Amino acid sequence: MAIGDMMMMGSGLMGSVLAQAAPPAAMSDVHLAHYLFVACVMFVIGLIGFLTRRNLIIMFLCTDLMFQAAGVALIAFSRYHLNHTGETFTIVLITVAAAEAAMALALVVLLFRKKESLDAEEWTELKG
Amino acid sequence: MMTLLTNTHGLMHALSGAALAVSDEAGHAAGHASGPVAQTFAAGPMFGLLVVALPLLACILCGLCAMGRVKTKLPAFLTVLCLAGSFLVTLALYLQHHGQPAGTAWIIQGFEWIRLDYRQMVDSVVQSRSFIANFGLYVDSLTCLWMLFVTGLATLIALYASEYMSHDVGQGYNRFFAAFSLFVFSMACLVMADNLVLLYLGWEGVGLCSYLLIGYFYKKPSAVAAAKKAFILNRIGDLGLALGIMLCYVHFGSVEYKVIFEKCAPYMASLAAGQLDQIPLIAQFIPLCLMIGAFGKSAQLPLYVWLPDAMEGPTPVSALIHAATMVTAGVFLIARTYPLFLMSEYALPIVAWVGALTALLAATIGMAQFDIKRIMAYSTVSQLGYMFAGLAVLTSVGGAAHVFTHAFFKAMLFLACGAVMHGFAGQLDLRKLSGVGSMPGWRVVGIAMLVGCLNLAGFPIITAGFWSKDMILGEAFANSQMQAIGWILLLTAGLTAYYTFRVYFRVFVGPKHYEPGDEHHGDDHGHDHGHGHADGHDEGHQTSGKHGFHPHAPGWAINTVLATLAVAAFVIVPLVALNHGGWVKDMVGASSAQFNEKAAYLIAAKGDLHTKFFGFDAHKAMMVVSSIVGLIGIAVAFVLHYQGRTTAATSKADALLPAFGPIAKWAQNKWYVDEFYNAIVRMPLLALAQIFHWFDKLVIDGLVDFFGWTPRGLGGSLRPAQSGEMHTYAVGMAGGLAVMAVVVIVVLM
Repeated sequence: MAIGDMMMMGSGLMGSVLAQAAPPAAMSDVHLAHYLFVACVMFVIGLIGFLTRRNLIIMFLCTDLMFQAAGVALIAFSRYHLNHTGETFTIVLITVAAAEAAMALALVVLLFRKKESLDAEEWTELKG
Repeated sequence: MMTLLTNTHGLMHALSGAALAVSDEAGHAAGHASGPVAQTFAAGPMFGLLVVALPLLACILCGLCAMGRVKTKLPAFLTVLCLAGSFLVTLALYLQHHGQPAGTAWIIQGFEWIRLDYRQMVDSVVQSRSFIANFGLYVDSLTCLWMLFVTGLATLIALYASEYMSHDVGQGYNRFFAAFSLFVFSMACLVMADNLVLLYLGWEGVGLCSYLLIGYFYKKPSAVAAAKKAFILNRIGDLGLALGIMLCYVHFGSVEYKVIFEKCAPYMASLAAGQLDQIPLIAQFIPLCLMIGAFGKSAQLPLYVWLPDAMEGPTPVSALIHAATMVTAGVFLIARTYPLFLMSEYALPIVAWVGALTALLAATIGMAQFDIKRIMAYSTVSQLGYMFAGLAVLTSVGGAAHVFTHAFFKAMLFLACGAVMHGFAGQLDLRKLSGVGSMPGWRVVGIAMLVGCLNLAGFPIITAGFWSKDMILGEAFANSQMQAIGWILLLTAGLTAYYTFRVYFRVFVGPKHYEPGDEHHGDDHGHDHGHGHADGHDEGHQTSGKHGFHPHAPGWAINTVLATLAVAAFVIVPLVALNHGGWVKDMVGASSAQFNEKAAYLIAAKGDLHTKFFGFDAHKAMMVVSSIVGLIGIAVAFVLHYQGRTTAATSKADALLPAFGPIAKWAQNKWYVDEFYNAIVRMPLLALAQIFHWFDKLVIDGLVDFFGWTPRGLGGSLRPAQSGEMHTYAVGMAGGLAVMAVVVIVVLM
């Protein structure tokens, strides 16, 4: 569990930085490393999807997946540290993500209207 | 040092006292034996400033005319009026100055111009000193002499120009008269300045006006080139003048004539006592620098080449600036600072040789030219050499008298040539004109030309030119150190008489014939005279292929001016002839240019001024010898160019040309002096310019281009990164993320 170990170390470091050395109380079998592993998997799936797919809507969904991976990691840390900062932040994040989804879909619709295509390769106007 | 100064002062007073006593006893002794006239300084009348101010006013008014695009002869009218006013003021100034005791120098303070106060360590003591150059006028008899002919001739020539330049009314007319008046203003500053810095202002001012007026026809490339040549060659001379002025300030602590002459007095006293070692070396260098300026301005070797080219300017300009006034500024400079030249062992001999050799060289070139205006130009160079030689053989009176007489007759010769050029559409080739003087309407021009030629050739007794030239020749042979100069000048006198009458006999007398030049001055002349095509209607009209061309006889302004000058040329004879120099001698003898038997080079060489000419008194012998030489020159010209000549283009002289071999051709090509200068000065400079041009283009420009291209190339290499494709960016981001992850892991592990 190299990744898990790494995450543990990372959290330990973070804990020392935050000066909050709260030990995990009543830890079940499922602990922080597992949550973080899930978040990592979600992020990597989103990343791979973003890199491999060309459909704008799919690509947008992939970014959202990466976004939510960050949310999962935040919630996990929040639980681990026993404070609500991460959860609060995640609620804000979900709100922003919802607004962003609405806007991004609107943009995708507009782009589709322009070229009758959802292929991301069609759009290279920012070429230097 | 102090006691020495007092001693020399005392000595000087004693000497001048003794000399005055002698001259009182002897009354007005003849020749140059009269005692020194003490220079005294006094404040002069303020109205003298008008002499300088009126031409400036004319210049400003002409400038306003140009701004208002005046299309009439108004600027000429204004200029003539102001210059005539200036002449009358000069006359009044002269008459009032004449009433003063001899040797009085008036200083008329205009306004404070330059004043620099500073402190300087002198022998480890701080002294406060000041550099003062006021706009002030120095009026002594030399100033009066010069200003009388400058303003008088300027007025007459402005009147002449009002007609001569009439083709340009509404175009360059305003510009011409503005520059013309500015020239007179500058010349007045030069001559009347009470310090060397104001003289320098006038000196540069006349140079500028000369440049502007030579380049008057600025659309003609040769005129532009001639203007530049004159300006650049004068700059070379002016460097010497500037150095001389600086040296004057360094040595005398002032640039004002009054102070300089006062500080010269002890040196003059030691000179009079024959003690050359009392005169510091630095003071002997001053004239060496000043004379370079004089050689540039007065067109002497090696800087004379600009003056013949300056004939590209309109003829009135050639007459006033390049014959009568500006080119005599160098002679004036030496006359004004004559004490400095007398003090120097080497200055005057150099001046003598430069003057004599220039006189001879220019005369030989003048003999072989065909352009009559150019012949007059070389003659001017030659006569200026005469004037310098006159100053150098220790007759400042003769030098100044020759300036004075030459101003009249040379201006007249130029104006007569100008009338021909004006009337024959720019024709100046003596092979294409003949018998002009006897054509209807050209009588005044012919007579004026004859009078001018007689003067220039030194026709005995009746011409002023004979007397002034004779003074120089006589003094050269009387001077034991200047025998060679005398022979060169005598030879030049003969050549001068020949080439002068070569022009006269070919162009103004003989069979009537002309070919017009190729300048067409608009249609007004054709209409004025009507187009008489009938055969035999016009006697002069023989071979011209251009039917309808008629010589345009001069109008009242040109004729009046020529007639006035012809009369004046005779009126001034007594002014230079009576009593070994007459009026001019009184004028020069009472000024800074007076000569009192003592010159450093004469003392150093133990020479004297009473050398015999083959056992006769040099002055009396020269009157006969120079008359004979002049008459021989005229006679040769008569035989070769008049006797039996039936056409304009050929003469007996042509048959003689092969006898001279290539020499005649060399002289015609001006001894290749221009080509020589081209090879030794211009070509190396051009080659250097080419080297610098390529250095600039390759190295300097290359460096600049390198700095310009570097960011561009760098940007070009990074440009493909901005493909505009979303996936490329995404891969970049992912790659970056991976790198960061690796870094984090490596650092933390």
